Amino acid sequence: MAKICTLAEAIGDNVRDGDTLAMEGFTHLIPYAAGHEIIRQGRKELFLVRMTPDLIYDQLIGVGAARGMKFSWGGNPGVGSLHRFRDAVENQWPRPLEIEEHSHAAMANAYEAGAANLPFAVLRGYIGADLAKVNPNIRSVTCPFTGEVLAAVPSIRPDVSIIHAQRADRQGNVLIEGISGVQKEAVLAASRSIVTVEEIVDELNPPSPNAVVLPRWAINAVVHVPGGAFPSYAHGYYPRSNAFYIAWDKIARDRDSFTAWISENVLAGKPEDFARHAVRRAANAA
Amino acid sequence: MTQDFTPTEMMTIAAARALSNDDVCFVGIGAPSAACNVARLTHAPDITLIYESGTIGTRPDVLPLSIGDGELCDTALFTVSVPEMFRYWLQGGRITTGFLGGAQIDRFANLNTTVVGPYDAPKVRLPGGGGAPEISSNCGQIFITMALTNRGFVDRLDFITSMGHGEGGDHRARLGMKTKGPTRVITDLCIFEPDPVTKELTVVSIHRGVTRGQIEENCGWPVRFAKEIVETPVPTATELSVLRDINARTKRAHEAA
Repeated sequence: MAKICTLAEAIGDNVRDGDTLAMEGFTHLIPYAAGHEIIRQGRKELFLVRMTPDLIYDQLIGVGAARGMKFSWGGNPGVGSLHRFRDAVENQWPRPLEIEEHSHAAMANAYEAGAANLPFAVLRGYIGADLAKVNPNIRSVTCPFTGEVLAAVPSIRPDVSIIHAQRADRQGNVLIEGISGVQKEAVLAASRSIVTVEEIVDELNPPSPNAVVLPRWAINAVVHVPGGAFPSYAHGYYPRSNAFYIAWDKIARDRDSFTAWISENVLAGKPEDFARHAVRRAANAA
Repeated sequence: MTQDFTPTEMMTIAAARALSNDDVCFVGIGAPSAACNVARLTHAPDITLIYESGTIGTRPDVLPLSIGDGELCDTALFTVSVPEMFRYWLQGGRITTGFLGGAQIDRFANLNTTVVGPYDAPKVRLPGGGGAPEISSNCGQIFITMALTNRGFVDRLDFITSMGHGEGGDHRARLGMKTKGPTRVITDLCIFEPDPVTKELTVVSIHRGVTRGQIEENCGWPVRFAKEIVETPVPTATELSVLRDINARTKRAHEAA
């Protein structure tokens, strides 16, 4: 049952050293404020799961909080490399990073299988692709009806999943709008889950009976963190800061400038700092 | 009357022309996204553009920096979850054309966006495949656009992220794939198409002012030229102004936010 609490309490209660942790949000609604709180609380030995590691995992990898990562596309979208991820894989800095690499289709299927309480996912995938040769978790299964050989990957079952959403009501029911990615699947696949939200309102008022709603009894903690998805975005609230994604390239390219940025903006920061980004602006206003 | 244009502009416009109004197109980010939107804003106004974030029938006014910019959702006919995107729409066989870019390509149009050097100890760790492995096998056909350089067009790939024609010939069919795979590779100097039998990429069209020697110098394997080669029609004034306008809007928007 969702407990409405502070971000420090939610992370303290639900994220443990060594956990398999999924923080989802496909470009949209990435839970950055929660990532920063995990760094502040000094969690370590995490096994990270995320389709697109994005800047949020570049930060966790760069501070050495991760022992491994399962992912399907590890770049800075439209900009280039994730330099902290590359430094970990190419130079083992600040520590070696075990990687388990998949395709998007396989990750999406694996989350869905996890939410469905199945041990593995099946897809028509990886045909002729070399990932199947380097990732022992990409296997095959023969259809018992047609004999077709299909790809199989283990389902994703995180110890804890964290997402960001637009709104919750005072009971802790959550509404997600816009690009909904794999957030619903990530929460339902996990043992524990945290949702940070832009607003807590009296009435959720879903815009349609088919809206994406996560009920309070499927969530462990709900936290009010306006702006908590910055520099990604919250549909209906504030646009993606493409300028910050471009600026990150320079910040993260160098170990010292990255470490200085983390000290100033994360270690010395607090969840309330994100509120200044929660300003309604026309999306991509020129 | 013709205007001056850059090789990159020629590439984007030639890539846009590959698309038709009836296409349902899975769009890769970067150069493919520019080409697909130029097609939509010129000769193919009813084309369906789909991005892997789940946005279907999107009509962005500025090019997205990421595959999931808000602009894509705001202008889409509808938006679905990522599992639905990959399961029902892509694997379900509903998509006619996939448009991809890549870091490296070989003569059979296999793509590498994963690593340079050995996988376990890479010299350069690239972002990885994302949607590409299943886009390549599940779309009706694949177009690829990337600049022709020795670094990109290589004799041998260190890693096959997404299979084009594999070892050539009927390799796709032997692996059970029923889709066509890459049918056109549009570069800034020329256009390649696979040979009907061997599937080796063959130059079929050369952009104005480009020599065969330039193409050979910038390609990492001995280039095959088709028996009959045409000159790629130069960009029209309309194509150029549409491309330049969307690039200018995009630059302003990305720097502002």
